[in-house]
Amino acid sequence: MEALELARWQFGITTVYHFIFVPLTLGLSILVAILQTFYYKTGDLHYKRLTKYFGKLFVIIFTLGIVTGIVQEFQFGMNWSEYSRFVGDIFGIPLAIEALTAFFIESTFLGLWIFGWTRLSKPVHLACIWLVAIASNLSAVWILMANSWMQVPVGYELVGGRAELADFVAILMNERLLVQMPHTILGGFITGGMFVLGMSGWMILRNKDPEIFLKSAKIALVFTAVASLLTATTGHDQAQDTVQSQPMKMAAMEGLWDTEEPASFSLFAIIDQEERTSKREIRLPYMLSVLAHNNLTAEVRGLNELQAEMEEKHGPGDYMPPVAIIYWSFRIMVGLGMIFIFVSFYGLWLWWKNKLGTRNRFHKVAVSMIFFTFVANTAGWIVAEMGRQPWVVYELLLTADGVSPSVYSSSIWISMAAFGLVYGLLAAAAFYLVWYFGKQGAPEETEGVEKNLHTY
Amino acid sequence: MDLQIIWFVLIAVLFIGYFFLEGFDFGVGILMPFVSKDETDRRVTINTIGPFWDANEVWLITAGGAMFAAFPHWYATLFSGFYLPLLLILLALIVRAVGFEFRSKLHHTWWRKTADHFIFWGSAVPAFLWGVAFTNIVMGLPIGSDMNFTGALLELLNPYALLGGVASLLLFTLHGAIFLSLRTTDELCERVEKVAKWLWLPVGIVLLIFAVSGYRYTVLFDEFGIIPGTLPMIAIVSFVAVYLFIRINRNGWAFAATGSTIVFGSIVVFQGLFPLVMPSTISEEYHLTIYNASSSDLTLTIMSVLALIFIPIILAYQGWSYWVFKERVTRDAIPKD
Ligand code: HDD
Ligand code: HEM
Ligand code: HEM
Repeated sequence: MEALELARWQFGITTVYHFIFVPLTLGLSILVAILQTFYYKTGDLHYKRLTKYFGKLFVIIFTLGIVTGIVQEFQFGMNWSEYSRFVGDIFGIPLAIEALTAFFIESTFLGLWIFGWTRLSKPVHLACIWLVAIASNLSAVWILMANSWMQVPVGYELVGGRAELADFVAILMNERLLVQMPHTILGGFITGGMFVLGMSGWMILRNKDPEIFLKSAKIALVFTAVASLLTATTGHDQAQDTVQSQPMKMAAMEGLWDTEEPASFSLFAIIDQEERTSKREIRLPYMLSVLAHNNLTAEVRGLNELQAEMEEKHGPGDYMPPVAIIYWSFRIMVGLGMIFIFVSFYGLWLWWKNKLGTRNRFHKVAVSMIFFTFVANTAGWIVAEMGRQPWVVYELLLTADGVSPSVYSSSIWISMAAFGLVYGLLAAAAFYLVWYFGKQGAPEETEGVEKNLHTY
Repeated sequence: MDLQIIWFVLIAVLFIGYFFLEGFDFGVGILMPFVSKDETDRRVTINTIGPFWDANEVWLITAGGAMFAAFPHWYATLFSGFYLPLLLILLALIVRAVGFEFRSKLHHTWWRKTADHFIFWGSAVPAFLWGVAFTNIVMGLPIGSDMNFTGALLELLNPYALLGGVASLLLFTLHGAIFLSLRTTDELCERVEKVAKWLWLPVGIVLLIFAVSGYRYTVLFDEFGIIPGTLPMIAIVSFVAVYLFIRINRNGWAFAATGSTIVFGSIVVFQGLFPLVMPSTISEEYHLTIYNASSSDLTLTIMSVLALIFIPIILAYQGWSYWVFKERVTRDAIPKD
């Protein structure tokens, strides 16, 4: 394989891996902070035990988010040096701000939270976990600012073959950011919520302090139900933005080869990119027009027309992303989104009927949902990032032109093998630890005695 | 003053902050297997940096982000050119963090032994490689007309750069030993103090050879001339002071003095480099300087405002966290499991 392909595989693998832990951090940090707030308000030891239980799992996951994140920051320079030269002016700012405003807070206050149970007053200690949660979500905002600029470049000027900053406010207010950020963060909330729901369900199934874990299950249900509804609506907003800003991606998401007016929504298709057709299609009439434009009859443009338009603008070349992968990833994400809504509202209904503690089947389903949240997140990023191909910065820089010219394929092979090995071992260790501490149930706590979360 | 100059200084500050802070926690990681008599000692040693090491590492992340934003070409050339050394640093930082966090979670001996290896190598490898990397930068690299590194990776492992690596490794270890003497008690503390006394001379010799051969191998002394001047003198005096303070048992002052050696030593490197950021050995025309490697003035202005607001705030709460955890870590503080 060439350096370009290798660099893409490497980026894809390390980033998807980073994003297994990130969304869990986004949601779980807030839920741990909420649990501790309940403890602070009520003095009920149950909440303290829950805080410690989920806090312990949170720290394990957080560690993996940190170590994989450092790789993210450095690999732009390592594998994508030409890209870094091209975008540095703009792209570097959010990265630097992220470190200054978010990472320092996260790391300092997490240390204070873990080791500060015995040293800090209760309100100060509670503030520490809230700062961690807020800073984690803030860091997502900044990195998404960088990513949304690559999706929809704004506020720049091309000077000597580089994109230079022209208008910082335009980048802050990038409409892409305004739709992408809430959707991604809410996806993280679903992930954290389903994790708490699933782990609580597991404990209820095993009859380990079920009365305590019923409390966390209820908090998680409310949290997840709200987040999953909002994820769907913000996803819809995002789709409408994509039709405007990246019509090619939208056409790929729908496997729409030819422009339609009114446009139908595809439910199932076997996509043949070489022949540029889809077979065995099931289509819902009018639905795509509604989804894309909130209008029954509006036009949605197809891949062929957009390809011709791109060639006219940028010269000959293949401007279609890999359609089948995007088409199916999109369906997986949306399908799972519907399932999450259903599961969380069904859980609320069981609670309403006072059956939440006794419905074992529901808790089994909840446990399995933990896994599917990661599938949904990954599918979403595959749609967003692969749908942008062959561009790395949309319509400004081709991925092929962003790769480091001075790095040999052999170096990338070495780094892929090394990351593959280390990441594989880490995943096994983290999975084992979450299972091991998860299984133990909520740690005992005595009134009036403070213990730190752990000692190294 | 030019914005480029301000940003060169700020990036230097971030790297120097990183070397000062992570310097001692690298040192603690390196010494952990050697100064501990038993399992409890090992855990005491690790807990001396428990609440701090992660925040110390963020200084590096910030330096990387700031370099990307302020000098994209510096970031791109450096990181793609030093591909494999950086890969090693990244892998080391990964296993080190995991070693700290996961070590005491399980009781198996093999698990904790593995974690000990992660912590030791994860600390020693970057402590060594940062020295190699910065030495290479001040020696100059074969950078071509398109700003890319054109050499072979093995060139980075030349004898002088390796000496630089040994120097940083030893200096950080000494810094860590003195930090440990401030954070531990009883026998462990006595052992650590002995190590510090014993290390001082070898560290001094390596640093001296490294500095003197610098006249021959680096671009630094084009600027300074033969007589080093004030800043290098401060670094030297601080290093001598380390020994005196250890002798009279003023370990706090000794820590300040190793810190000052690191800080002023690094300042000398950055000052000698200025206004270059990556000298080219192929041609002077191909030098990366703070001017041809930098971002636009607008980017630099925005970044300056942000840095001026946030760096003081960060220093304040990081300082506060050191104050919260100012007590020494005793053996009694380690749970019996
Ligand atoms: C939507 C959120 C999101 C996204 C898209 C990314 N990250 Fe991330 N990142 C986080 C959200 C996050 C986080 C939740 O804030 C983490 C996880 C654990 C943590 O400490 O912070 C984090 C950690 C983290 C760290 C370690 C911070 C530390 O040591 O405290 C770095 C350097 C990065 N990330 C950099 C990146 C880069 C360069 C990305 C682009 C490819 C990226 N992240 C994608
Ligand atoms: C964490 C969530 C993210 C995931 C899971 C993700 C996933 C991916 C994937 C799968 C690719 C490969 C696409 C392909 O090669 O066909 C890719 C490419 C890329 N992404 Fe992302 N991405 C994420 C966030 C980001 C962010 C936040 C940025 C920038 C700030 C970014 C920058 C890039 C770049 C530069 C590429 C180009 C390399 C390439 O095309 O392979 N990504 N991403
Ligand atoms: C329920 C209906 C959903 C709809 C209609 C929807 C829609 C979308 C759309 C249109 C994109 C953007 C692709 C692009 O243009 O770049 C996207 C991206 C994404 N989705 Fe969804 N989504 C839904 C559910 C979910 C769920 C349940 C999750 C995770 C739990 C999720 C996670 C993501 C992520 C992480 C991205 C990539 C980042 C981004 O571009 O925002 N989505 N989604």
